[in-house]
Amino acid sequence: MLYALVLVPLAMAALAALAPGDRIRPRLLPLGAAAELALCLWTIHSAHPSGASPALGGWLMLDALGRLFLVWLNVFFLITMLYAPGYLAARSDRPNRVFCANLFLVQAMMTLVTLAHHLGLLWVAMESTTLATAPLLYFNRNTRSLEATWKYLVIGSVGIALALLGSFFLAYARLSAGLEPSLLFDDLVREAHGLSVTWLHAAFALLLIGYGTKLGLAPVHTWKPDAYGEAPGLAGAILAGAVSSCAFLAILRVYQICQAAEDAGFAAEMFVFAGLFSIAIAAASVARERDIKRMLAYSSVEHMGLLVLGVGLGGKAIYGALLHLINHGLAKGVLFLSAGNIHRAYGSKQAGAVTGAMRVLPGSAALFLAGFFAIAGSPPFGPFTSELVIAGEAAHQGRMIVLLLAILGVAVVFVGMSFTVLTVVQGEPPCAPDRSHFREHAAVLAPAAIFLALVLGLGLVIPDPVDRLLVDAARALEPSR
Amino acid sequence: MLPYLDSLVILVLVLNFVALGVTRVRAIVSSVAAQGVLLGLLALFIHADLAPRRVIMVGFMVVLKGIAIPRLLLHAMREANIVAEIRPVLGSMGSLLLGALGTALALLFAHTLPLADEQKRLLVVPASLATVWTGLVILTTRTTAIVQVLGYLVLENGVFLFGLLLLSAMPLLVESGVLLDLFTGVFVMGIIVHHISREAPGAGPDVSARTAE
Repeated sequence: MLYALVLVPLAMAALAALAPGDRIRPRLLPLGAAAELALCLWTIHSAHPSGASPALGGWLMLDALGRLFLVWLNVFFLITMLYAPGYLAARSDRPNRVFCANLFLVQAMMTLVTLAHHLGLLWVAMESTTLATAPLLYFNRNTRSLEATWKYLVIGSVGIALALLGSFFLAYARLSAGLEPSLLFDDLVREAHGLSVTWLHAAFALLLIGYGTKLGLAPVHTWKPDAYGEAPGLAGAILAGAVSSCAFLAILRVYQICQAAEDAGFAAEMFVFAGLFSIAIAAASVARERDIKRMLAYSSVEHMGLLVLGVGLGGKAIYGALLHLINHGLAKGVLFLSAGNIHRAYGSKQAGAVTGAMRVLPGSAALFLAGFFAIAGSPPFGPFTSELVIAGEAAHQGRMIVLLLAILGVAVVFVGMSFTVLTVVQGEPPCAPDRSHFREHAAVLAPAAIFLALVLGLGLVIPDPVDRLLVDAARALEPSR
Repeated sequence: MLPYLDSLVILVLVLNFVALGVTRVRAIVSSVAAQGVLLGLLALFIHADLAPRRVIMVGFMVVLKGIAIPRLLLHAMREANIVAEIRPVLGSMGSLLLGALGTALALLFAHTLPLADEQKRLLVVPASLATVWTGLVILTTRTTAIVQVLGYLVLENGVFLFGLLLLSAMPLLVESGVLLDLFTGVFVMGIIVHHISREAPGAGPDVSARTAE
């Protein structure tokens, strides 16, 4: 069954690559995504409570953490793919064979990340997501998207190469302690007490830098503004909501090993520092940013910082961080898809050139504005709840300086983003906006509206099945008793 | 362990300095290709067991790192009309000094690491760290897109060198996956280099540099 979870999207990728017409191909995307989500839910439902049976000699396994990420990624992917037919119909000037096939490849590799219990396999899957997403960034085929793709590839590949070295260091931590070297996650966790601390620390630092590059933590976030800025809204949403989640899962896997080695204090403090630093860099950068998609990239840096900060704080903040991962993804879904509509209609994404969107595109502008309030942590949206859980744990632990710095950073980002967002949605439209024949219709509004409904819903009530997934995943990250 | 293992490792280090010191792109490609072949030889000699599976993997690595990837890059160079000479941000002398400093620090640092008994007298770990450092130096001080790809390859060679100590922990499937990802990565980068040159036809490396910055 676990094989099928990876093979179905791979088969869909082949089908999309072979499908004859640019008009038929985009329709495969929501169909394939729905089939994969159904398969994933059925796998979880039919599995033993402790997880689905391992496959490939223990290399593939669906544990509590993997379950949360598998469900989340597939729900997110399906909603995003609902946007694809409408978007690609408006982009009939571009061939979409590579774009559609690569979206399925990304889905397959992301699924593999959630199942991988071998650090080498995890690395291969993570690197493959980088390679499969690169053509998505270059969809617009202009100089800026070329530059963004180049930065994404080079910086991402270097980061991932360092993560591979970190994985080797982990295996060497066993060898150095007289154990058989292994990259199997379960071997590393089971015999974590015997790992050489020096190599474990070095491995953690490299893996945090490596996968942190994919996550977009400062200071290794420099590819993000260009990539998010030049990618189509659909690809931006995939990067922000899904690919980042995979990188976060990879970091959490390493943290689990540190927990098992009873050496998580070192890792936790590095998380807190990296989190606060990312929030600070985002706060310093977002205020000057007038490009709406680049602004979303800096917002993403801030929220990735909040995620690792939550895990670093531990306790209830771990649950808060996992909930925030979902809330952030949902809010970014709203923002990227609506920003994509605004960009297409105006032919620009610069606040100032884009004004009065509420009059030109009332649906997209309203979604963009609501998405902004959601991502800024305003009640009653989900991010308010998850940020409150993280802040509450910091206060409970008496870490007031950490709490104050985080709140200050989040507040500065809110103010910085609000200038740009309000300029875009309010005021008078430009005299002769270049609408590029783009008109709002249900196909390009509904997916963002679904994201908004979900992020609002999670702010009001966390359904029991979601809560169970989150609690089980958070428990997997707590110190073993 | 065979006595000439360290000689091969020293050759890898020498090639790092060649990559840092030369300004002709072809020469850098050649040194990276030679490093790839040396890594293959090291993979053969570092462990006593010469299982057919290992020999096949080594063959795959040598073909990929020593022949396929360099040819791909030279082809991209020809197609993209990239001029043969580069002008790095940091000159050859500065790069060599930085490389020497990194290598010395790697040797000192590796001495403090808790290495497995049978590897304490080998140069593999410091050479691996020094090669990763060399890759980072090339990546950050060369603004030409194709040389940045070469810097990435040198960095990868450093990572592979360390990986040779763990061959038993790296099953064939993962090893092939890593190599395939590397090849695909370089292939995609080669395509982007080609597109960079098409965006500014007839321009030299400075244009690709501008695009890469």
